[in-house]
Amino acid sequence: MKLELTRVVQGGYRVGVLREVGRAAHTSMEVPGCLLYTRCGAVPHLTHDTLRTVSPLPPVTQLTLSTVAEHREVLEEYKDGFKKFAGLHDTALYCSLHDPVTPYPAGHITNKTVSVWGSGGRIELTVARFMALQKALRPDLYQSMADGETWQGDATSRKRIRKSVDRTLAHLDECLLIHHQTPELQGAEVLGVVEGGDSLEERVRSAKETAKRPVGGFCLDGFQTGCMERSLRTRLIAAVARELPEDKPRLLQGVGRPDEVVACVEAGVTERGCALTFDLDLSPDTERAGSAPPAVLELGEEKEETWESEQSGDVLLEDQAQTMTPFEMDLKDTKYRDDLTPLVDGCGCYCCTNHQRAYLHHLLVTNELLAGVLLMIHNTAQYNSFFRALREALANDKLEFFKKRVLSRKRVGHKEAKE
Amino acid sequence: MAAPVRRETDAVAADISMPSLKSLSAVSPLTLRLVAECPVSKARACDLALPHCAVPTPVFMPVGTQGTLKGITSDQLEDLGCNICLGNTYHLGMRPGPALIEKASGLHGFMNWRRNLLTDSGGFQMVSLVELSEVTEEGVKFKSPYGGDEILLTPEKSIEIQNSLGSDIMMQLDDVVSSTVTGPRVEEAMRRSVRWLDRCMAANQNPEKQNLFAIIQGGLSLELRKACLDEMTKRDVPGFAIGGLSGGEEKDDFWKMVSLSTDHLPRHKPRYLMGVGYAVDLVVCVALGCDMFDCVFPTRTARFGSALVPWGSLQVKHKQFAKDFKPIDPDCTCPTCKRHSRAYLHALFKNDTAAMHHVTIHNISYQLTLMRSVRQSIIDGRFPDFVKTFMKKMFPSSDKYPGWAVDALRSVNITLDQH
Repeated sequence: MKLELTRVVQGGYRVGVLREVGRAAHTSMEVPGCLLYTRCGAVPHLTHDTLRTVSPLPPVTQLTLSTVAEHREVLEEYKDGFKKFAGLHDTALYCSLHDPVTPYPAGHITNKTVSVWGSGGRIELTVARFMALQKALRPDLYQSMADGETWQGDATSRKRIRKSVDRTLAHLDECLLIHHQTPELQGAEVLGVVEGGDSLEERVRSAKETAKRPVGGFCLDGFQTGCMERSLRTRLIAAVARELPEDKPRLLQGVGRPDEVVACVEAGVTERGCALTFDLDLSPDTERAGSAPPAVLELGEEKEETWESEQSGDVLLEDQAQTMTPFEMDLKDTKYRDDLTPLVDGCGCYCCTNHQRAYLHHLLVTNELLAGVLLMIHNTAQYNSFFRALREALANDKLEFFKKRVLSRKRVGHKEAKE
Repeated sequence: MAAPVRRETDAVAADISMPSLKSLSAVSPLTLRLVAECPVSKARACDLALPHCAVPTPVFMPVGTQGTLKGITSDQLEDLGCNICLGNTYHLGMRPGPALIEKASGLHGFMNWRRNLLTDSGGFQMVSLVELSEVTEEGVKFKSPYGGDEILLTPEKSIEIQNSLGSDIMMQLDDVVSSTVTGPRVEEAMRRSVRWLDRCMAANQNPEKQNLFAIIQGGLSLELRKACLDEMTKRDVPGFAIGGLSGGEEKDDFWKMVSLSTDHLPRHKPRYLMGVGYAVDLVVCVALGCDMFDCVFPTRTARFGSALVPWGSLQVKHKQFAKDFKPIDPDCTCPTCKRHSRAYLHALFKNDTAAMHHVTIHNISYQLTLMRSVRQSIIDGRFPDFVKTFMKKMFPSSDKYPGWAVDALRSVNITLDQH
């Protein structure tokens, strides 16, 4: 796997391509870019036919161990790896430990184990079991086992953070050892995980130490949306980025909102040009588990329409901290009831080409399954567009301008679209 | 407005190109052409020309109650070869309401479905939502479940809504009683249905574009059914439905009513048996002379993980399929079976709604393929053999053949091999 920078722009921004990804070394991915989030190999709500209406798709698919750990025996008997099992062709597979969407219960980590939650409950993993899973899955890239629990709450002690860094390094070393003894994992890349909570010292230590190991890239853990104050996050990411080799990709998990994405790109950028790749889950911005909020990402590249943030009290029962972002439309709102225009003018996705806001509103009000399908198609397409636009802005030295449009809270008129 | 009588000797009709068929349907929105009739039983294969496209029969019509087939896009449904599906007047009349749908260019425009639509009148909801309803000569009074207001659904109102929906086939509002009800109520309902048919016909604002079907009632009484048939066939409607069955009555009574009905319905008009969708029922009722069927069963059972196959059904969620790497049906060519295994679907059911969609696609494919095979066997003159083979595959041994099916088939000269 090689990171090729295609352009270094003034101010230190870097844009590039990650080449030869995957055991067959066929896949390339432009960076900054996002991975395709799946649960057990399926983009939520979508089958292959509905998924491929979005084109192009992110070339790397993300899978969470928590959705497959309980199927280890099945995969071992299958013998051909997860991609084939799930009918995923023409993609590289990245396996993460935890689902970037769903927070997991704290307090189940030990020196030797971490836990993931499957449909039947908690599954405890030692490094040996973790690696046995990877052997059965045969991903193209995977993060090593890590202790990332320090993001829970702000009362995490320095001692706890230090422990998480130490444990994670120990796990990494053990993973690498087993990796090299496992023929099924030849050609796959291991990503070292940088921990450290909100401690600058520990973050730097973790980065420095992890960088010493022979990993294919780095996973920046514990920076998920909502974990810590934004400016702190920016500082920490920048500090971490300084310690990491330039020629290896960095994966940031659980950062969803477009404005946060831009901020993180910048974090790497102001200090050092680095290409950040983002593992984005679409779910929390769009369909939160349980309350299934009807939100639509709306970021036309040509038509930058950013809506004012709207709070719909009834939608967000579970998580008061997360309000509807300015990048979302709440289609359950009655104002869309009679709106016969597409979700986003000019979007071009299957949903916008074939359906109208009123129809989506109706599907949501009547609790129809098709709502999830259509929204997921649209949101996936929008995210792709967002990253494409971001890369273009970086490549053309237009990040400031891009930022202004993405972060602006005012409704931008159609006339300002093209400049 | 009568459907022109076409005899088989108009097999020159085979040479009639689509454009001239279309010009005929400018006169009549429905034209039935008999393609083949089984010389042994009462089965027929026809071509039904409807405003949006031709529909070969026998045909199974999937049900998309609220303007969507649960979880499936219009494209996916089209790709499966579906030419006609159902929407429901009661539900759509409540939400989102006829005014909006009319604004959206009818139900076709609202759900973006290019082919044919059949709408039920709302009558069946009288039975299924019986706590909420009260029937008088005027119409049916419903207490809306979404707000408690009272809605009065009259024949005129039902047709008005269906005119707004713009369906290709509309059903009359009938006074439906459960097939398990006995006594004077059954006759009252039958007589009222005849009067309501006349009111529906008078209320139809769109006879050149929308076909109004009558619905034969009469419960399980030979006399009442016959009386209803005598009356309704005096009316000049383009098609007839056989209603009031498929509700929980004994199968032995059910088939006799079906057969009686087809004996007295005109040969050159389509016969639609409402609410029938189990494979065995479909095959037997084709033998008894029915052309069109609808049922929520295949799509509903899919969402519970039940996949329909020629030998019955497969409960994909059951443990026994966890390591079964075959597709649901190795002979099935649907998108699900082409790409996924039982084991994968089993795993996916624990994780994401996409699993339901995969099985829904398969089940619709199964039903449509079954009907296509039935049709071809009639055209090829081997329908009785088809039935025998079908039954052999479906039941492990001939002593398991349902008694009613054996009797029904025998009544139309198809004798199943039994030991």
